[in-house]
Amino acid sequence: MSPVSATHSRLIYDALKGCGIRLMSALPETWLVHLIRLAEDDPEMTLVRLAKEEEGVGISAGAHLAGVKSAMLMQNHGFLASVNGIVSCAQLYRIPLLMLISYRGEFGERDPWQTEGGAVTEDLLRALRIPFALLDRPDHVAHRIAKAQTLALAANKPVALLLCRDLMWED
Amino acid sequence: MRRLDALAAIYPKIEDAVVVTIMGAVAAELQSIGHRPHFFYLQHAMGLASSMGLGIALARPERQVIVLDGDGSILMNLGGLTTLARYRPRNLMHVVFDNESLLSVGGFPTATSTGSDIAGIAAAAGVPRTATVRTLDAFERAFSEALAAGDLTTLVAKVEAVGPAGFITDLGLLENRFSFARALRGEHTR
Repeated sequence: MSPVSATHSRLIYDALKGCGIRLMSALPETWLVHLIRLAEDDPEMTLVRLAKEEEGVGISAGAHLAGVKSAMLMQNHGFLASVNGIVSCAQLYRIPLLMLISYRGEFGERDPWQTEGGAVTEDLLRALRIPFALLDRPDHVAHRIAKAQTLALAANKPVALLLCRDLMWED
Repeated sequence: MRRLDALAAIYPKIEDAVVVTIMGAVAAELQSIGHRPHFFYLQHAMGLASSMGLGIALARPERQVIVLDGDGSILMNLGGLTTLARYRPRNLMHVVFDNESLLSVGGFPTATSTGSDIAGIAAAAGVPRTATVRTLDAFERAFSEALAAGDLTTLVAKVEAVGPAGFITDLGLLENRFSFARALRGEHTR
């Protein structure tokens, strides 16, 4: 059994559905396995599996302009890989972009290769002036996701939710 | 073949389609022929025009979507060709104007000038219909065939490395973005 929390993944997924999200782009990473499977098994959801995360910015921008609400699922290293698209597509063109970013490399990280990305994630979000919040407890998942999407749509800007170890991992 | 002539030749066929272009010469030339509310010009984010086209095509399967890409741009998102092929939206046509150079930043040659074959890469990625054309007649014919085929196509048009004198037009980026979204959504609710 993967120690990734199926219960909390379902909570996140239901909150996204509740916001009207009907398209998700994703690049697989350990913490996202349940979320991606939920999207794959849901006939109401269009799942787009990416080769690289920055593609998801373009896909979400296209979907938004065409009237479909979307979200991106990625690891924080995928966020690092998407920065030009976020700035020169989503921010330049005022696209509401809901990003769910698995926050690897924070306290408790055991994989040495994840530790650099964790150390720069929040500073980079601040540098890009992307509003963000942590998802680290099940009781605030639904309303933080709903509020993040409300702000994204009101501001026409990217927003981020950091999926934290305490929420995603059961160990 | 000049890109401006190629755009003029297909213009009557794209007037009612949803069109996404890359930045620079393609955007300026299409606007010089005639802007339409369903035309969106991605004036930065090189590589993502094809991804935007995919997002629109998946969101609106009833609309024909045409991406007007370039060699410099698609070379920045070759992985995206595998994503296009994977989802194979039959309402998406991907045209790549290949002038073998980064024209708008000084004309430096791209890898297509030394033999990299974008149609070949697209075919190997799994795009079901691909072609490379070198004359205006062949381009017009291949474009019409692709529209009639109703399947995902990457059509590479080899064009001269010439463009307009300037790239800034009087269409504001956000003006374009909001009116494009309104045009697409207006039809959705009708």
